[in-house]
Amino acid sequence: MSATSTAAKHRAQPLSRAEKARLSEGKRAERRLGWLLCAPAAIVMVAVTAYPILYSVWLSLQRYDLKFPDDREFVGLSNYVTVLGNQYWWTAFGVTMLITVVTVVVELVLGMALALVMHRTLVGRGIVRTSALIPYGIVTVVAAFSWRYAWTPGTGYLANLFSDSAPLTERASSLAIIMLAEIWKTTPFMALLLMAGLALVPEDLLKAAAMDGATAWQRFTKVMLPVMKPAILVALLFRTLDAFRVFDNIYVLTAGANETSSVSMLAYNNLIKGLNLGIGSTMSVLIFLTVAIIAFVFVKLFGTAAPGSSEEGRR
Amino acid sequence: MADIVLDKVGKQYPDGTVAVRDVDLEIADGEFVILVGPSGCGKSTLLNMIAGLEDISSGELRIGGERMNEKAPRDRDIAMVFQSYALYPNMTVRENMAFPLRLAKLDKATIDEKVAEAAKVLELTELLERKPANLSGGQRQRVAMGRAIVRSPKAFLMDEPLSNLDAKLRVQMRTVVSRLQKRLGTTTVYVTHDQTEAMTLGDRVVVLRAGVVQQVGDPQTLYDHPANLFVAGFIGSPAMNFLSARALDGALRTALGDVPIGDRLRGMLERGEAPQEMILGVRPEHFEDAALVDEAARAKGREFEAPVELVESMGSDKYVYLTVEGERASSAELEELAADAGAADLPAGGANLVTRLSAESRVREGGPYKVWFNLEKIHLFDPSDGRNITLHEGRAAGIS
Repeated sequence: MSATSTAAKHRAQPLSRAEKARLSEGKRAERRLGWLLCAPAAIVMVAVTAYPILYSVWLSLQRYDLKFPDDREFVGLSNYVTVLGNQYWWTAFGVTMLITVVTVVVELVLGMALALVMHRTLVGRGIVRTSALIPYGIVTVVAAFSWRYAWTPGTGYLANLFSDSAPLTERASSLAIIMLAEIWKTTPFMALLLMAGLALVPEDLLKAAAMDGATAWQRFTKVMLPVMKPAILVALLFRTLDAFRVFDNIYVLTAGANETSSVSMLAYNNLIKGLNLGIGSTMSVLIFLTVAIIAFVFVKLFGTAAPGSSEEGRR
Repeated sequence: MADIVLDKVGKQYPDGTVAVRDVDLEIADGEFVILVGPSGCGKSTLLNMIAGLEDISSGELRIGGERMNEKAPRDRDIAMVFQSYALYPNMTVRENMAFPLRLAKLDKATIDEKVAEAAKVLELTELLERKPANLSGGQRQRVAMGRAIVRSPKAFLMDEPLSNLDAKLRVQMRTVVSRLQKRLGTTTVYVTHDQTEAMTLGDRVVVLRAGVVQQVGDPQTLYDHPANLFVAGFIGSPAMNFLSARALDGALRTALGDVPIGDRLRGMLERGEAPQEMILGVRPEHFEDAALVDEAARAKGREFEAPVELVESMGSDKYVYLTVEGERASSAELEELAADAGAADLPAGGANLVTRLSAESRVREGGPYKVWFNLEKIHLFDPSDGRNITLHEGRAAGIS
């Protein structure tokens, strides 16, 4: 094709300007086609994500309570001052952070152990992998209800193990149960992501380390983990973002009682239950910002690459 | 430094497959031994068993006189170079080479000194701070070697270390490996499927087939006195020519004409020690342009005429492909060799002869041409078990 085009160029030397115009016209058409092909996806993205985000930012700048619709007024950043100066917000923020850090760390350790087991299993590989994934396949709300029944005094099999206690009525034990439910549910997902990372570690590398004198633990920490690092970071990023938005388990297990609300729970209470669109939107925007900061830290500071991008698993 | 002794070492997998059968081998201290054979012959399994990466099912492995069967790889004090190099991607060249020393808990000054020394030997000094991803294939290969030599182990194990290099670099690295081994004088076991590498590198070569040792010897012995059809066909490039031969009325009927039988072979035939149907093997360089053979030499061989199919001039000599009448020799060994060479489905009927003639030969493609071959250098094999009938006390005695 290039041969023919250069031949044409030689022939039409005096017409080069016209040809240039024609070429650039062709290029423009190509660019237009490119835009057109992207447009449907871009429009959908804008409609379902950009618009709600921008709208909630707009709402967060107003005093807007559906119980007093007449008092709607643009108030600038005063909603943010209200929320950030409020102890409920900071309690919920602390609870959310605690849940995020504890669950992600425990999930990483358990998930890694599970991934190693699944990776090394020789017999019944399919069954082991499928059964390990069952908790992740159960709807969170359903699982949360079964945890709640299990911990209900009198009828629950877990509550009966600890006589005369109602763990979901105390703050510390409630949080522990919420975290337990979270960990139980998402460890398989973590394991799945980590197993994909384990597949990236060449067998020869581990053999070489064994020959070089590394113990099993040294092979794991000095060879396997560094090679798996991209996969581990992706798994951590996904789980951290997920964990920070924890909602269903808390909603079902404690409904936020005894200061067990997460920020999502608090935003829901203000926005949907309290009908305070201004304050609720402000909280949503703050959650959005926190999630964005977490993602930024992971991507820029730890060098996490998006799964499937060229950086990940290249070697 | 130490010797390595394999005493009836075998490997059987749980599903019953036997990968290695009763290998007896004594590798002397400082010796360079090559394990060679087609893919799936068990050579890598044998190496992994010496390394400790695979369990030994039967027999005993001794390194430096000490039983090693139950010892973990890290306790055997041997280093291994892998085909994939197996460099740690997250570490620099320096860290890669220092890794075994760091695990051995040497102090930093000693580590630095040893790494610098190994880097100098392998010309890696400039590359010490680079990551493996930024190295060429040859450089990575040298780093892998460096990681093996820094700890001065009792022995080196090399699993096809040059297979991933391009042809030219492979020849270069071959001399590097050879020189390094001579210089360090460390016992080395080297696995390859390339018979050229086996011939050029090793003090001794072990030819394996289906987990069984076929022959052990120095390269020249394997070449001149192959114990069986498999070794004869595997060692040498281009490979030995094989033709069917039949003993009849005191002569051997072959596609190259009748060949007289000597007393020893006649005796064997009479005693039933040799079958009537045999396989004749002649190496390409034991043919010569009949016009270039002087009178004295002519008596030692025979002449025959055959159509010339193709002439390849290599400068130093000419490869001439001849078509001869008659059946192609067939046996299990030959089929396996052909499959390994990827030539299993060549057209049947007639036999192709590869000959290596002097460069002065005026041979032309197309017409028939007179070619002489040396009777003293031919081999006869038993098609049923592949053994070399012409072998007398370990030496090929021709058909005298």
